[in-house]
Amino acid sequence: MEDADAVRDRGIDWLAGGGPDHEVVLSTRVRVARNLQGFPFSIRAGVDDRRRVLARVQSALEGGTSLVEPELLEMESLDSGQRRLLLERHLVSRDLIGNPDEVAPPGAALVLEGRRALGLMINEEDHLRVQTLLNGLQLVQAWQEVSRLDEELGGRLPYAFHHEFGFLTSCPTNVGTGLRASVLIHLPGLVLTKEIRKVLQGISQVGLTYRGLYGEGSEVVGNFFQISNQTTLGKTEEELIDHLARIVGQVIQYEKQARAILLREAPTVLEDKVGRAYGILSHAYTLPFDEMMNLISGLRLGLTLKLLRTPRVETLNRVMIFGQTAHLERMAGRSLDDADADVHRAAFVRRALAEDEEAARSAGPERDLPAGTDGDDER
Amino acid sequence: MRCDNCGEREAEIHLTQIVDSELTTLHLCSECAGEKGVPTQVGLGSAPLTDFLAQMEKGATDSALAVESEACPYCGTTAADFRRTGRLGCSQCWAHFEPKLRSLLRRIHGSTQHVGKLYLGAAEEEIGVGADARIGTLRRRLERAIELEDFETAADLRDRIHELESVE
Repeated sequence: MEDADAVRDRGIDWLAGGGPDHEVVLSTRVRVARNLQGFPFSIRAGVDDRRRVLARVQSALEGGTSLVEPELLEMESLDSGQRRLLLERHLVSRDLIGNPDEVAPPGAALVLEGRRALGLMINEEDHLRVQTLLNGLQLVQAWQEVSRLDEELGGRLPYAFHHEFGFLTSCPTNVGTGLRASVLIHLPGLVLTKEIRKVLQGISQVGLTYRGLYGEGSEVVGNFFQISNQTTLGKTEEELIDHLARIVGQVIQYEKQARAILLREAPTVLEDKVGRAYGILSHAYTLPFDEMMNLISGLRLGLTLKLLRTPRVETLNRVMIFGQTAHLERMAGRSLDDADADVHRAAFVRRALAEDEEAARSAGPERDLPAGTDGDDER
Repeated sequence: MRCDNCGEREAEIHLTQIVDSELTTLHLCSECAGEKGVPTQVGLGSAPLTDFLAQMEKGATDSALAVESEACPYCGTTAADFRRTGRLGCSQCWAHFEPKLRSLLRRIHGSTQHVGKLYLGAAEEEIGVGADARIGTLRRRLERAIELEDFETAADLRDRIHELESVE
Protein backbone atom coordinates (compact mmCIF):
# COMPACT_ATOMS: atom_id res chain seq x y z
CA MET A 1 0.00 0.00 0.00
CA GLU A 2 1.47 3.32 -1.02
CA ASP A 3 0.34 5.16 2.09
CA ALA A 4 1.76 2.54 4.42
CA ASP A 5 2.63 5.30 6.84
CA ALA A 6 -0.55 7.32 6.37
CA VAL A 7 -1.19 7.46 10.11
CA ARG A 8 2.34 8.51 11.11
CA ASP A 9 2.29 10.90 14.04
CA ARG A 10 -1.11 12.36 13.26
CA GLY A 11 -3.33 13.76 15.94
CA ILE A 12 -0.97 13.41 18.88
CA ASP A 13 -0.14 17.02 19.60
CA TRP A 14 -1.92 16.83 22.94
CA LEU A 15 0.61 14.25 24.19
CA ALA A 16 3.10 17.04 24.77
CA GLY A 17 1.54 17.28 28.22
CA GLY A 18 1.19 20.52 30.09
CA GLY A 19 -1.87 22.63 29.63
CA PRO A 20 -4.01 24.10 32.40
CA ASP A 21 -4.35 21.88 35.49
CA HIS A 22 -2.10 19.28 33.93
CA GLU A 23 -1.18 17.82 37.33
CA VAL A 24 -4.63 16.26 37.39
CA VAL A 25 -6.16 16.61 33.92
CA LEU A 26 -4.56 14.88 30.94
CA SER A 27 -6.79 16.00 28.15
CA THR A 28 -10.05 17.61 27.14
CA ARG A 29 -12.26 16.30 24.36
CA VAL A 30 -15.25 18.01 22.79
CA ARG A 31 -17.40 16.73 19.97
CA VAL A 32 -20.72 17.61 18.38
CA ALA A 33 -22.87 15.13 16.47
CA ARG A 34 -24.44 16.27 13.21
CA ASN A 35 -26.42 14.60 10.44
CA LEU A 36 -27.21 15.60 6.90
CA GLN A 37 -30.75 16.03 5.67
CA GLY A 38 -31.92 13.60 3.05
CA PHE A 39 -29.74 10.68 4.06
CA PRO A 40 -30.71 7.91 6.47
CA PHE A 41 -28.60 7.72 9.62
CA SER A 42 -25.70 5.28 9.58
CA ILE A 43 -27.71 2.43 11.09
CA ARG A 44 -30.02 2.50 8.03
CA ALA A 45 -27.59 3.79 5.42
CA GLY A 46 -26.58 1.69 2.46
CA VAL A 47 -23.11 1.70 0.95
CA ASP A 48 -24.19 4.29 -1.64
CA ASP A 49 -25.64 6.59 1.01
CA ARG A 50 -22.44 6.40 2.97
CA ARG A 51 -20.28 7.19 -0.03
CA ARG A 52 -22.49 10.11 -0.98
CA VAL A 53 -22.31 11.49 2.56
CA LEU A 54 -18.53 11.23 2.43
CA ALA A 55 -18.42 13.00 -0.94
CA ARG A 56 -20.68 15.81 0.30
CA VAL A 57 -18.54 16.38 3.37
CA GLN A 58 -15.34 16.20 1.36
CA SER A 59 -16.47 18.92 -0.99
CA ALA A 60 -17.70 21.02 1.94
CA LEU A 61 -14.21 20.85 3.42
CA GLU A 62 -12.61 22.20 0.28
CA GLY A 63 -11.77 25.85 0.56
CA GLY A 64 -12.71 25.93 4.23
CA THR A 65 -10.67 28.04 6.62
CA SER A 66 -11.30 26.37 9.99
CA LEU A 67 -8.94 23.51 9.23
CA VAL A 68 -5.46 24.21 7.97
CA GLU A 69 -4.58 21.67 5.28
CA PRO A 70 -6.97 18.99 6.49
CA GLU A 71 -6.15 15.43 5.61
CA LEU A 72 -8.77 12.80 5.07
CA LEU A 73 -8.07 9.21 6.01
CA GLU A 74 -10.56 6.76 4.57
CA MET A 75 -10.84 3.71 6.76
CA GLU A 76 -11.07 1.45 3.73
CA SER A 77 -7.64 2.57 2.58
CA LEU A 78 -6.02 1.78 5.93
CA ASP A 79 -5.02 -1.69 7.08
CA SER A 80 -6.18 -3.07 10.37
CA GLY A 81 -2.99 -2.01 12.19
CA GLN A 82 -3.34 1.59 11.07
CA ARG A 83 -6.97 1.70 12.11
CA ARG A 84 -6.03 0.39 15.52
CA LEU A 85 -3.32 3.08 15.81
CA LEU A 86 -6.01 5.73 15.41
CA LEU A 87 -8.17 4.00 17.98
CA GLU A 88 -5.31 3.84 20.47
CA ARG A 89 -4.78 7.57 19.99
CA HIS A 90 -8.42 8.22 20.87
CA LEU A 91 -8.97 9.84 17.48
CA VAL A 92 -11.63 7.43 16.27
CA SER A 93 -14.30 5.27 17.86
CA ARG A 94 -14.64 1.51 17.50
CA ASP A 95 -17.76 2.27 15.52
CA LEU A 96 -15.79 4.17 12.90
CA ILE A 97 -13.05 1.61 12.30
CA GLY A 98 -15.35 -1.41 12.48
CA ASN A 99 -13.93 -4.79 13.38
CA PRO A 100 -10.17 -4.42 12.82
CA ASP A 101 -9.99 -7.96 11.48
CA GLU A 102 -12.58 -7.32 8.79
CA VAL A 103 -12.97 -4.91 5.91
CA ALA A 104 -13.46 -1.35 7.14
CA PRO A 105 -16.95 0.18 6.98
CA PRO A 106 -17.42 1.86 3.58
CA GLY A 107 -17.34 5.65 3.56
CA ALA A 108 -16.01 5.85 7.11
CA ALA A 109 -13.30 8.47 7.36
CA LEU A 110 -11.32 10.64 9.74
CA VAL A 111 -10.34 14.20 8.94
CA LEU A 112 -7.44 15.66 10.85
CA GLU A 113 -5.37 18.77 10.83
CA GLY A 114 -1.87 17.29 10.73
CA ARG A 115 -0.55 16.61 14.21
CA ARG A 116 -3.53 18.28 15.82
CA ALA A 117 -6.59 16.28 16.77
CA LEU A 118 -9.08 18.86 15.49
CA GLY A 119 -11.22 17.36 12.78
CA LEU A 120 -14.17 15.08 12.22
CA MET A 121 -15.29 11.52 11.95
CA ILE A 122 -17.48 10.86 8.93
CA ASN A 123 -20.08 8.09 8.80
CA GLU A 124 -19.81 7.17 12.42
CA GLU A 125 -23.08 6.55 14.29
CA ASP A 126 -23.96 10.03 13.06
CA HIS A 127 -22.89 11.39 9.70
CA LEU A 128 -20.54 13.84 11.35
CA ARG A 129 -18.75 14.01 14.63
CA VAL A 130 -16.86 17.28 14.73
CA GLN A 131 -14.21 16.83 17.40
CA THR A 132 -11.05 18.01 19.04
CA LEU A 133 -8.69 16.85 21.74
CA LEU A 134 -6.47 19.24 23.70
CA ASN A 135 -4.00 18.79 26.53
CA GLY A 136 -4.94 19.75 30.07
CA LEU A 137 -8.25 21.30 31.03
CA GLN A 138 -9.28 23.49 28.10
CA LEU A 139 -13.02 23.10 27.77
CA VAL A 140 -13.82 26.56 26.48
CA GLN A 141 -10.97 26.52 23.99
CA ALA A 142 -11.94 23.06 22.75
CA TRP A 143 -15.58 24.07 22.40
CA GLN A 144 -14.64 27.16 20.42
CA GLU A 145 -12.49 25.16 18.00
CA VAL A 146 -15.24 22.63 17.43
CA SER A 147 -17.92 25.28 17.19
CA ARG A 148 -16.05 27.23 14.56
CA LEU A 149 -15.50 24.18 12.39
CA ASP A 150 -19.10 23.09 12.93
CA GLU A 151 -20.44 26.46 11.85
CA GLU A 152 -18.33 26.49 8.75
CA LEU A 153 -19.52 23.03 7.76
CA GLY A 154 -23.09 23.91 8.69
CA GLY A 155 -22.97 26.80 6.26
CA ARG A 156 -22.05 24.39 3.47
CA LEU A 157 -24.01 21.29 4.39
CA PRO A 158 -27.74 20.85 5.07
CA TYR A 159 -27.81 19.70 8.70
CA ALA A 160 -30.83 17.84 10.01
CA PHE A 161 -32.38 20.27 12.47
CA HIS A 162 -35.74 20.22 14.23
CA HIS A 163 -37.47 23.33 15.53
CA GLU A 164 -37.97 21.78 18.96
CA PHE A 165 -35.40 19.01 19.32
CA GLY A 166 -32.46 20.84 17.79
CA PHE A 167 -29.75 18.95 15.93
CA LEU A 168 -31.11 15.49 15.18
CA THR A 169 -29.01 12.46 16.00
CA SER A 170 -29.42 8.74 15.66
CA CYS A 171 -29.39 8.22 19.41
CA PRO A 172 -31.76 10.32 21.53
CA THR A 173 -29.06 10.73 24.18
CA ASN A 174 -27.17 13.04 21.80
CA VAL A 175 -29.97 15.15 20.38
CA GLY A 176 -30.24 18.92 20.79
CA THR A 177 -26.78 20.37 21.00
CA GLY A 178 -25.17 17.07 20.00
CA LEU A 179 -22.44 18.12 22.40
CA ARG A 180 -20.32 15.77 24.42
CA ALA A 181 -17.47 17.32 26.35
CA SER A 182 -15.24 15.10 28.40
CA VAL A 183 -12.20 15.46 30.54
CA LEU A 184 -9.63 12.72 31.09
CA ILE A 185 -8.68 13.07 34.71
CA HIS A 186 -6.21 11.26 36.95
CA LEU A 187 -7.50 10.68 40.48
CA PRO A 188 -5.03 8.51 42.38
CA GLY A 189 -5.35 10.60 45.55
CA LEU A 190 -9.08 10.07 45.74
CA VAL A 191 -8.69 6.37 44.99
CA LEU A 192 -5.99 5.90 47.66
CA THR A 193 -7.95 7.84 50.28
CA LYS A 194 -11.06 5.84 49.31
CA GLU A 195 -13.01 9.01 48.63
CA ILE A 196 -13.50 8.19 44.98
CA ARG A 197 -16.86 6.47 45.31
CA LYS A 198 -18.39 9.50 46.98
CA VAL A 199 -17.01 11.83 44.35
CA LEU A 200 -18.22 9.66 41.49
CA GLN A 201 -21.67 9.39 43.04
CA GLY A 202 -21.74 13.14 43.38
CA ILE A 203 -20.81 13.47 39.74
CA SER A 204 -23.68 11.28 38.59
CA GLN A 205 -26.11 13.27 40.70
CA VAL A 206 -25.35 16.56 38.98
CA GLY A 207 -26.06 15.47 35.43
CA LEU A 208 -22.58 14.26 34.57
CA THR A 209 -21.30 10.79 33.92
CA TYR A 210 -17.96 9.03 34.16
CA ARG A 211 -16.31 6.07 32.56
CA GLY A 212 -12.92 4.45 32.09
CA LEU A 213 -10.17 5.36 29.71
CA TYR A 214 -11.60 3.83 26.57
CA GLY A 215 -15.12 5.16 26.47
CA GLU A 216 -18.45 3.62 27.19
CA GLY A 217 -18.38 0.60 29.46
CA SER A 218 -14.61 0.49 29.65
CA GLU A 219 -12.78 -0.43 32.84
CA VAL A 220 -11.03 2.10 34.97
CA VAL A 221 -7.32 1.45 34.68
CA GLY A 222 -4.54 3.46 36.22
CA ASN A 223 -6.98 5.70 38.12
CA PHE A 224 -7.86 7.51 34.90
CA PHE A 225 -11.47 8.60 34.56
CA GLN A 226 -13.39 10.38 31.86
CA ILE A 227 -15.98 12.80 33.17
CA SER A 228 -18.52 14.14 30.69
CA ASN A 229 -21.92 15.75 30.36
CA GLN A 230 -24.82 13.35 30.38
CA THR A 231 -27.51 15.52 28.85
CA THR A 232 -27.38 17.38 25.56
CA LEU A 233 -30.82 18.98 25.35
CA GLY A 234 -32.46 21.86 27.23
CA LYS A 235 -29.25 23.74 27.95
CA THR A 236 -27.04 25.85 25.78
CA GLU A 237 -23.62 24.60 24.79
CA GLU A 238 -22.04 27.24 27.00
CA GLU A 239 -24.09 26.15 29.99
CA LEU A 240 -23.11 22.53 29.45
CA ILE A 241 -19.44 23.42 29.12
CA ASP A 242 -19.54 25.76 32.08
CA HIS A 243 -21.28 23.22 34.30
CA LEU A 244 -18.75 20.52 33.45
CA ALA A 245 -15.86 22.93 33.98
CA ARG A 246 -17.15 23.92 37.42
CA ILE A 247 -17.64 20.35 38.60
CA VAL A 248 -14.28 19.23 37.21
CA GLY A 249 -12.73 22.22 38.99
CA GLN A 250 -14.17 20.91 42.25
CA VAL A 251 -12.95 17.39 41.60
CA ILE A 252 -9.47 18.79 40.95
CA GLN A 253 -9.57 20.55 44.30
CA TYR A 254 -10.66 17.34 46.07
CA GLU A 255 -7.90 15.42 44.34
CA LYS A 256 -5.28 17.96 45.35
CA GLN A 257 -6.52 17.90 48.94
CA ALA A 258 -6.36 14.11 48.95
CA ARG A 259 -2.79 14.19 47.63
CA ALA A 260 -1.80 16.71 50.30
CA ILE A 261 -3.35 14.57 53.02
CA LEU A 262 -1.54 11.47 51.76
CA LEU A 263 1.73 13.31 51.67
CA ARG A 264 1.20 14.55 55.22
CA GLU A 265 -0.30 11.45 56.81
CA ALA A 266 1.32 8.61 54.94
CA PRO A 267 4.47 9.83 53.22
CA THR A 268 6.24 6.50 53.47
CA VAL A 269 3.35 4.60 51.94
CA LEU A 270 3.28 7.09 49.11
CA GLU A 271 7.03 7.06 48.50
CA ASP A 272 7.02 3.30 48.60
CA LYS A 273 4.25 3.12 46.03
CA VAL A 274 5.93 5.57 43.72
CA GLY A 275 9.37 4.00 44.16
CA ARG A 276 8.09 0.49 43.50
CA ALA A 277 6.25 1.68 40.41
CA TYR A 278 9.45 3.23 39.11
CA GLY A 279 11.42 0.12 39.99
CA ILE A 280 9.10 -2.25 38.16
CA LEU A 281 8.67 -0.04 35.10
CA SER A 282 12.40 0.49 34.74
CA HIS A 283 13.31 -3.17 35.25
CA ALA A 284 10.46 -5.37 34.09
CA TYR A 285 10.95 -7.66 31.09
CA THR A 286 7.30 -8.38 30.55
CA LEU A 287 4.57 -5.86 31.14
CA PRO A 288 0.83 -6.30 30.53
CA PHE A 289 -0.95 -3.10 29.52
CA ASP A 290 -3.16 -2.78 32.60
CA GLU A 291 -0.18 -3.25 34.91
CA MET A 292 1.72 -0.61 32.97
CA MET A 293 -1.17 1.84 33.32
CA ASN A 294 -1.45 1.28 37.05
CA LEU A 295 2.28 1.82 37.52
CA ILE A 296 2.26 4.89 35.32
CA SER A 297 -0.42 6.24 37.59
CA GLY A 298 2.06 5.91 40.43
CA LEU A 299 4.79 7.73 38.50
CA ARG A 300 2.46 10.51 37.50
CA LEU A 301 1.48 10.97 41.12
CA GLY A 302 5.12 10.89 42.17
CA LEU A 303 6.01 13.53 39.61
CA THR A 304 3.31 15.99 40.60
CA LEU A 305 4.25 15.57 44.27
CA LYS A 306 7.90 16.06 43.37
CA LEU A 307 8.83 12.65 44.73
CA LEU A 308 10.40 11.95 41.35
CA ARG A 309 12.48 14.06 38.99
CA THR A 310 12.20 11.85 35.97
CA PRO A 311 10.59 10.79 33.70
CA ARG A 312 8.95 13.79 32.10
CA VAL A 313 5.15 13.89 32.00
CA GLU A 314 5.44 13.98 28.23
CA THR A 315 7.22 10.65 28.32
CA LEU A 316 4.45 9.15 30.43
CA ASN A 317 1.84 10.41 27.98
CA ARG A 318 3.76 8.94 25.10
CA VAL A 319 4.19 5.63 26.84
CA MET A 320 0.47 5.45 27.57
CA ILE A 321 -0.32 5.74 23.87
CA PHE A 322 2.73 4.15 22.25
CA GLY A 323 2.80 1.32 24.77
CA GLN A 324 -0.42 -0.04 23.32
CA THR A 325 -0.30 -3.09 21.12
CA ALA A 326 -0.89 -1.55 17.69
CA HIS A 327 1.82 1.03 18.35
CA LEU A 328 4.23 -1.65 19.56
CA GLU A 329 3.48 -3.68 16.45
CA ARG A 330 4.22 -0.68 14.29
CA MET A 331 7.61 -0.23 15.98
CA ALA A 332 8.35 -3.95 15.73
CA GLY A 333 7.25 -4.09 12.12
CA ARG A 334 5.18 -7.21 12.69
CA SER A 335 2.10 -8.39 14.54
CA LEU A 336 2.56 -9.45 18.14
CA ASP A 337 0.59 -11.91 20.24
CA ASP A 338 -0.22 -10.93 23.82
CA ALA A 339 2.92 -12.42 25.34
CA ASP A 340 5.13 -10.84 22.68
CA ALA A 341 3.44 -7.50 23.14
CA ASP A 342 4.10 -7.64 26.90
CA VAL A 343 7.81 -8.20 26.21
CA HIS A 344 7.99 -5.38 23.65
CA ARG A 345 6.04 -3.08 25.96
CA ALA A 346 8.47 -3.71 28.83
CA ALA A 347 11.46 -3.00 26.59
CA PHE A 348 9.87 0.17 25.25
CA VAL A 349 9.13 1.49 28.73
CA ARG A 350 12.59 0.60 30.06
CA ARG A 351 14.16 2.47 27.18
CA ALA A 352 11.92 5.53 27.59
CA LEU A 353 12.65 5.82 31.30
CA ALA A 354 16.39 5.29 30.78
CA GLU A 355 16.49 8.03 28.14
CA ASP A 356 14.92 10.53 30.50
CA GLU A 357 17.29 9.53 33.29
CA GLU A 358 20.22 9.95 30.94
CA ALA A 359 19.00 13.36 29.81
CA ALA A 360 18.52 14.48 33.40
CA ARG A 361 21.94 13.17 34.38
CA SER A 362 23.72 15.10 31.66
CA ALA A 363 21.64 18.21 32.38
CA GLY A 364 21.67 18.41 36.14
CA PRO A 365 23.79 17.61 39.20
CA GLU A 366 24.32 14.03 40.34
CA ARG A 367 21.94 14.25 43.29
CA ASP A 368 18.98 14.58 40.98
CA LEU A 369 19.14 10.82 40.61
CA PRO A 370 17.99 8.30 41.40
CA ALA A 371 14.64 9.90 41.72
CA GLY A 372 12.56 9.88 44.83
CA THR A 373 15.18 8.71 47.33
CA ASP A 374 15.77 12.07 48.93
CA GLY A 375 12.15 12.87 49.66
CA ASP A 376 12.44 13.90 53.31
CA ASP A 377 13.84 17.36 52.82
CA GLU A 378 11.48 17.95 49.92
CA ARG A 379 8.33 18.14 51.95
CA MET B 1 -38.38 -4.07 52.54
CA ARG B 2 -40.79 -1.79 50.68
CA CYS B 3 -39.72 1.35 48.87
CA ASP B 4 -40.02 4.46 51.06
CA ASN B 5 -41.31 6.46 48.15
CA CYS B 6 -43.97 4.38 46.40
CA GLY B 7 -44.49 1.80 49.17
CA GLU B 8 -45.18 -0.77 46.48
CA ARG B 9 -42.02 -2.19 45.02
CA GLU B 10 -39.15 -3.86 46.79
CA ALA B 11 -36.45 -1.41 47.89
CA GLU B 12 -33.17 -2.05 46.14
CA ILE B 13 -31.29 1.18 46.65
CA HIS B 14 -30.30 2.36 50.09
CA LEU B 15 -29.35 5.96 49.98
CA THR B 16 -27.60 7.44 52.98
CA GLN B 17 -27.60 11.20 53.04
CA ILE B 18 -26.61 13.89 55.45
CA VAL B 19 -29.35 16.50 55.55
CA ASP B 20 -28.93 19.39 57.99
CA SER B 21 -26.16 17.44 59.70
CA GLU B 22 -28.50 14.52 60.33
CA LEU B 23 -27.90 11.13 58.87
CA THR B 24 -30.90 9.72 57.05
CA THR B 25 -31.25 6.57 55.03
CA LEU B 26 -33.80 6.25 52.27
CA HIS B 27 -34.79 2.85 50.94
CA LEU B 28 -35.90 3.11 47.35
CA CYS B 29 -36.91 0.83 44.55
CA SER B 30 -34.80 1.30 41.43
CA GLU B 31 -37.59 3.11 39.58
CA CYS B 32 -38.18 5.72 42.28
CA ALA B 33 -34.44 6.07 42.75
CA GLY B 34 -34.12 6.70 39.03
CA GLU B 35 -36.78 9.38 39.19
CA LYS B 36 -34.98 11.05 42.07
CA GLY B 37 -31.78 11.06 40.05
CA VAL B 38 -30.01 8.60 42.31
CA PRO B 39 -27.56 6.47 40.34
CA THR B 40 -29.00 2.98 40.56
CA GLN B 41 -25.74 1.28 39.90
CA VAL B 42 -22.46 2.20 41.39
CA GLY B 43 -19.57 1.48 39.13
CA LEU B 44 -19.04 1.96 35.47
CA GLY B 45 -21.38 2.60 32.64
CA SER B 46 -24.45 4.27 33.99
CA ALA B 47 -26.50 4.33 30.82
CA PRO B 48 -29.81 6.12 31.00
CA LEU B 49 -30.87 5.08 27.53
CA THR B 50 -30.21 1.40 28.12
CA ASP B 51 -32.09 1.58 31.41
CA PHE B 52 -34.93 3.37 29.76
CA LEU B 53 -35.14 0.91 26.91
CA ALA B 54 -35.08 -1.96 29.36
CA GLN B 55 -37.92 -0.37 31.29
CA MET B 56 -39.79 0.23 28.09
CA GLU B 57 -39.45 -3.46 27.34
CA LYS B 58 -40.88 -4.35 30.74
CA GLY B 59 -43.85 -2.05 30.40
CA ALA B 60 -44.18 -2.71 26.70
CA THR B 61 -47.73 -3.97 26.83
CA ASP B 62 -49.24 -0.70 27.99
CA SER B 63 -46.72 1.58 26.33
CA ALA B 64 -47.93 3.51 23.36
CA LEU B 65 -44.67 2.76 21.59
CA ALA B 66 -45.41 -0.95 21.59
CA VAL B 67 -48.87 -0.42 20.14
CA GLU B 68 -47.33 1.75 17.48
CA SER B 69 -46.57 -0.76 14.80
CA GLU B 70 -46.29 1.51 11.82
CA ALA B 71 -42.78 1.86 10.45
CA CYS B 72 -41.17 5.20 9.62
CA PRO B 73 -42.41 5.93 6.08
CA TYR B 74 -39.00 7.17 5.04
CA CYS B 75 -36.52 4.58 6.32
CA GLY B 76 -38.71 1.73 7.55
CA THR B 77 -37.51 1.78 11.17
CA THR B 78 -40.13 0.36 13.52
CA ALA B 79 -40.70 0.97 17.20
CA ALA B 80 -39.38 -2.53 17.82
CA ASP B 81 -36.18 -1.70 15.91
CA PHE B 82 -35.71 1.36 18.04
CA ARG B 83 -36.30 -0.58 21.23
CA ARG B 84 -33.71 -3.11 20.17
CA THR B 85 -30.96 -0.77 19.01
CA GLY B 86 -31.72 2.49 20.80
CA ARG B 87 -31.03 4.22 17.46
CA LEU B 88 -33.37 6.04 15.11
CA GLY B 89 -32.99 5.37 11.40
CA CYS B 90 -33.29 8.85 9.91
CA SER B 91 -34.30 12.40 10.67
CA GLN B 92 -37.91 11.67 9.64
CA CYS B 93 -38.06 9.11 12.45
CA TRP B 94 -37.99 12.07 14.80
CA ALA B 95 -41.20 13.39 13.29
CA HIS B 96 -42.77 9.94 12.98
CA PHE B 97 -42.15 8.88 16.57
CA GLU B 98 -42.37 12.40 17.94
CA PRO B 99 -44.96 11.98 20.73
CA LYS B 100 -43.16 8.99 22.19
CA LEU B 101 -39.76 10.53 21.79
CA ARG B 102 -40.88 13.57 23.70
CA SER B 103 -41.48 11.54 26.85
CA LEU B 104 -38.18 9.74 26.34
CA LEU B 105 -36.33 13.04 26.00
CA ARG B 106 -37.93 14.32 29.16
CA ARG B 107 -36.60 11.33 31.03
CA ILE B 108 -33.13 11.48 29.53
CA HIS B 109 -32.56 15.22 29.40
CA GLY B 110 -35.29 16.66 31.59
CA SER B 111 -36.38 18.76 28.63
CA THR B 112 -37.55 18.59 25.04
CA GLN B 113 -36.67 22.09 23.89
CA HIS B 114 -33.33 22.76 22.28
CA VAL B 115 -31.99 26.11 23.44
CA GLY B 116 -28.48 25.84 22.10
CA LYS B 117 -27.04 26.91 18.79
CA LEU B 118 -29.43 27.88 16.05
CA TYR B 119 -28.98 26.28 12.73
CA LEU B 120 -29.32 29.32 10.53
CA GLY B 121 -28.34 27.49 7.38
CA ALA B 122 -31.49 25.43 7.51
CA ALA B 123 -33.96 28.21 8.15
CA GLU B 124 -36.22 27.18 5.29
CA GLU B 125 -35.67 23.49 5.57
CA GLU B 126 -36.28 22.75 9.22
CA ILE B 127 -38.02 19.49 9.78
CA GLY B 128 -41.49 19.60 11.23
CA VAL B 129 -43.79 22.53 11.04
CA GLY B 130 -44.92 25.77 9.53
CA ALA B 131 -44.03 29.35 10.34
CA ASP B 132 -46.37 29.70 13.35
CA ALA B 133 -44.74 26.97 15.37
CA ARG B 134 -41.35 28.17 14.27
CA ILE B 135 -42.06 31.68 15.49
CA GLY B 136 -43.27 30.24 18.79
CA THR B 137 -40.05 28.30 19.18
CA LEU B 138 -37.97 31.31 18.27
CA ARG B 139 -39.81 33.39 20.86
CA ARG B 140 -39.09 30.84 23.58
CA ARG B 141 -35.47 30.92 22.59
CA LEU B 142 -35.39 34.66 22.50
CA GLU B 143 -36.65 34.75 26.10
CA ARG B 144 -34.02 32.24 27.03
CA ALA B 145 -31.24 34.19 25.28
CA ILE B 146 -32.25 37.35 27.13
CA GLU B 147 -32.33 35.42 30.37
CA LEU B 148 -28.78 34.29 29.67
CA GLU B 149 -27.80 37.80 28.62
CA ASP B 150 -26.69 36.41 25.28
CA PHE B 151 -27.64 39.52 23.37
CA GLU B 152 -25.91 38.57 20.17
CA THR B 153 -28.08 35.48 19.81
CA ALA B 154 -31.09 37.48 20.97
CA ALA B 155 -30.55 39.97 18.17
CA ASP B 156 -30.26 37.13 15.65
CA LEU B 157 -33.46 35.60 16.93
CA ARG B 158 -35.35 38.88 16.84
CA ASP B 159 -34.32 39.34 13.20
CA ARG B 160 -35.49 35.88 12.31
CA ILE B 161 -38.84 36.41 14.03
CA HIS B 162 -39.34 39.67 12.11
CA GLU B 163 -38.43 37.91 8.88
CA LEU B 164 -40.93 35.14 9.43
CA GLU B 165 -43.64 37.56 10.52
CA SER B 166 -43.18 39.77 7.51
CA VAL B 167 -43.53 36.75 5.20
CA GLU B 168 -46.93 35.91 6.72
